[in-house]
Amino acid sequence: MMIEIKKLTKQADNKLILRGVDLSIKKGETVAILGPNGAGKSTLLKVLASLIKPTSGQVLMNGLELRKNQILIKKLLGYLPHSSLLYDHYSPLENLVFFGNIYGVKAVEQKARTLVKDVGLSFFLNEPVKNFSRGMIQRIAIARAIIHDPEILLLDEPHTGLDQRAIAILNNVILSMKEKGTTTLMVTHDFKQAAEICDRIIIVKNGKIVDDFRIQNDNLSFVTEKYELQVEGVS
Amino acid sequence: MNLFRTALFLAKKDLYSELKTKQILTTQIIFAGLVIVVFSFAFDPANNTTRAVIPGVIWVIIVFAGILGLNRSFISEQRNDTMQGLLVAPMEAASIYLGKFLANFTMMLVVEIVSIPFLFLLFDFKFFGSLPYFLLVVFLGSFGFIAIGTFLAALAANSKSSEMLLPLLLFPITTPILIGVVQATKIILMNMEKISSAIAWIQLVTAYDLIFFVVCFLLIDYVLEV
Repeated sequence: MMIEIKKLTKQADNKLILRGVDLSIKKGETVAILGPNGAGKSTLLKVLASLIKPTSGQVLMNGLELRKNQILIKKLLGYLPHSSLLYDHYSPLENLVFFGNIYGVKAVEQKARTLVKDVGLSFFLNEPVKNFSRGMIQRIAIARAIIHDPEILLLDEPHTGLDQRAIAILNNVILSMKEKGTTTLMVTHDFKQAAEICDRIIIVKNGKIVDDFRIQNDNLSFVTEKYELQVEGVS
Repeated sequence: MNLFRTALFLAKKDLYSELKTKQILTTQIIFAGLVIVVFSFAFDPANNTTRAVIPGVIWVIIVFAGILGLNRSFISEQRNDTMQGLLVAPMEAASIYLGKFLANFTMMLVVEIVSIPFLFLLFDFKFFGSLPYFLLVVFLGSFGFIAIGTFLAALAANSKSSEMLLPLLLFPITTPILIGVVQATKIILMNMEKISSAIAWIQLVTAYDLIFFVVCFLLIDYVLEV
């Protein structure tokens, strides 16, 4: 198992955000986490990214216990949250080289140039990120998240605010990473994208996993039906 | 080794950012210049008693220009949540502290290199003291002030009124350093016969610097949690 979560809880200000999450994800799986606002999806992702400490429970990644092996696990992770995590006055190249250096990437400048080209922004290689549109920033943010070829990708609503071209680029990145054996965990509200690129769907409600199923053939109506049944109580 | 390597990358990033934006260093140098000009008008450089003001003016510049830089050190990482980018990267929290400290300390040294000779020039001050001792005191005082200040800036950054909170936290904790360095600077610049007394102050400040640097280094993990 690449990710193994056992009885995970997270309490903040006397409110239980995660109420005993149990989840196992195999290497190479692409998993979408669906659920209403405030269900605990982003919190689950933040716990996995070791940004917040869980109240109780156990998280194993690639067989390593999260609390005891933070540095080793962080090397495996590529994290893309709502924010870009980019420095505004830095160019895409400078941003990617900085983060690549922190991750100990070899031949980092060449890797950064290739990634900027892959996300279709090589013309803007040396422009400050502050002049970019939301879609362009998100594309560089994707490149930042994969600069070190992570084995686990944690994506928090990655399709939000993207145009069709950027969505296609992001999906291509996720699928090409999947071919390399990368495990992807993606929080999303975009059922269409989830059905298109994921092979497993998890529905979270009130801090608990209420459904967990596999999908095939981009079956969007099946996903919508399951979601409505669990979240909105419509059968 | 990874701890120092990533800290150096972070410090380099901050200094390069400063080189591009020129926000902090320019503000610090303008502030230092204003203090020196105002004091040079207030006290007659021809008057011998004016010399007694100089140690105080040096440390007023370092403290207040330092706070200007410290305040922005961690707040700058809130834009686009770049602090999260550092926290998810394979680097220790201590490495983030060390990187920020190195960047802040370097900027402080630049301010001192520019402002102290300018202060001596405007006050027509003839330096008869011991230059190595003077440099040592300035270095130790700045080191302690920035080491504690960087830690408290990280602590205050999550508060809504961090710009007010930082000085409130910083002044009580750095008071022993400031008393020590002002006293030592006064002796070194004006009364070299009492150098043994200055050395005692230097020893006190060194011990304080080391203790607080190690404490900040160990505790930063609890401060930087999102």
